[in-house]
Amino acid sequence: MRALVCVKRVPLTGGRILLTDDAMSLDTRHLGFTISPHEECGVEEAVRLVEANGGESVALCLGPAEAIEQLRETMALGIDRAIHLVTGEDEWDPQSVAAAIVEAIRADEAEHGPFDLVFFGNEAADSGNYQVGIRVAHALSRPVATGLKGVAVEGATVRCEREVGAGRDVYSLSVPAVVTVKEGLNFPRFPSVPAKLRAQKKPVVTFEPSRPDARMQKLRLVHPEGEAKQAEILGEGAAAAARVVEVLQELGVAR
Amino acid sequence: MSILAYLEQAADSVDEISLQTLTLAQSFAAGDAVAAVVACDKLSQAAPVAAGAHGVAAVHCAEDPVFATHAPLAAARAVVAALSASGADVVLGPGTESGNEVLAHVAAILDAPFAANCISVERAGGDVRVTRVRFGGSLLEEAAVHGAPVVLSVQPHAVAATSGGGGSATVMPLPVELGEPDRALRVVDRVEAPAGGVSLADAKLVVTGGRGVGSPEGFAPVEELAALLGGAVGCSRAVTIAGWRPHTDQVGQTGTKVAPDLYIACGVSGATQHMAGCKGAKKILAVNTDREASIMQNADYAVVGDLHEVLPAISAELRRVRGD
Repeated sequence: MRALVCVKRVPLTGGRILLTDDAMSLDTRHLGFTISPHEECGVEEAVRLVEANGGESVALCLGPAEAIEQLRETMALGIDRAIHLVTGEDEWDPQSVAAAIVEAIRADEAEHGPFDLVFFGNEAADSGNYQVGIRVAHALSRPVATGLKGVAVEGATVRCEREVGAGRDVYSLSVPAVVTVKEGLNFPRFPSVPAKLRAQKKPVVTFEPSRPDARMQKLRLVHPEGEAKQAEILGEGAAAAARVVEVLQELGVAR
Repeated sequence: MSILAYLEQAADSVDEISLQTLTLAQSFAAGDAVAAVVACDKLSQAAPVAAGAHGVAAVHCAEDPVFATHAPLAAARAVVAALSASGADVVLGPGTESGNEVLAHVAAILDAPFAANCISVERAGGDVRVTRVRFGGSLLEEAAVHGAPVVLSVQPHAVAATSGGGGSATVMPLPVELGEPDRALRVVDRVEAPAGGVSLADAKLVVTGGRGVGSPEGFAPVEELAALLGGAVGCSRAVTIAGWRPHTDQVGQTGTKVAPDLYIACGVSGATQHMAGCKGAKKILAVNTDREASIMQNADYAVVGDLHEVLPAISAELRRVRGD
């Protein structure tokens, strides 16, 4: 079993998003960064697959030099080695991201053999473009299922489950395949201190992909209208209960 | 140039989000023709009527048994065929999970740019200028998209569907050649969830607990109030990560999106990740010890205090006024 997980470095935004003066990116001076949440579950799933079947798990990230932190995080969670596609600080458009990932996968597979499964998040937490995994699958001529909360390898096929309404739709793909997953797929482990130390010694290869012209070009970021309001304070502590129940009755929700 | 709209069928007609897509397509078209494409097992009689009422002259219809269940790659082949049949240079579709999936396949097949979850679209010179959603709606991006065709999806509920009162659209059978891989990617089985309880996504009232609840046992007053009000219990991502509640209870950008009449957020700080999941609520009541918490700028009402004191008092008062 060879599994690849593609992850994105995204800011931990907290309560309010602040923008840079040119409105082209987030002011991240006071923010931490993380792996996009859906992808964290992709990492956990890839690690479990390799733990159960043997083989190798690899993480890939396209992002600035600092994205090495997120790749070390994946290796602390059990990923064996990493591929870092180093870019500048500017975010790339999804079509260019997919093209660079395809090139990196082809190079790795030429040396080590094909990945049985390539994991992506269903959509990145920040840009939400909903397309990189599908583009990569097409370029590699592999089947792809998206938005998955269940992934089970059964011989030469992978059973994929996706929540739709109150149940789950099931897809069956032939391996090798691409899957895009969602948070809730599994409960990711917390890395131990020895695992974090081991992660520092695991191998990382870096490439500097060339950036094509973007066909979707970010012009600026803006805050949605009518965001900030101030709540009407109904009271403090238990003494507020009577006023709260009045409001519930006014809203017609207290039967 | 003409515009093509990809429509999803639902309940024997056109899905509501697809009708919203048509409304945005009409204003974007500014008088140019809008054609539509539907991929279905059997076209419902109501679909061309609904499409016509929303300004569509012609519906390109790909009928095939493969579309009896969701078959995203085959549906994308139908959209690609309809693009060449209609001569359109822009295709718009619903920014639902399934719509975004089909449109991403279309973009991949044609190596075309794809802007997902747009709330406004206009032509600017040779480009298409869009405003699209980021961070689940906490931030917007203005972008210029160039190429032909351009693929776009429309953020659900960003525009209200308005009918222009046109006659029924002409249905044009759309031949689509489907290969084995196109047919293979389809729903092959369905697992139904066990019935019971109020579904979080459909609940008219949700009581949510955040990190401030403190422990799994701490959810008792949250559950009590939800039960008294006939609502569902939700939680924040911090709670799920701590392992106090299952992910199925999580409200947020990467959890369930809710749209209740009232959302009661207890011990929830109000991070953008969480607010992306409860934006659809008509009213929000926050219960929080910190009057400077972000949730206070997102709520309509607030009680400043410890949820472990406030919620039992509200439940007791509810029982009292009901005469329980």
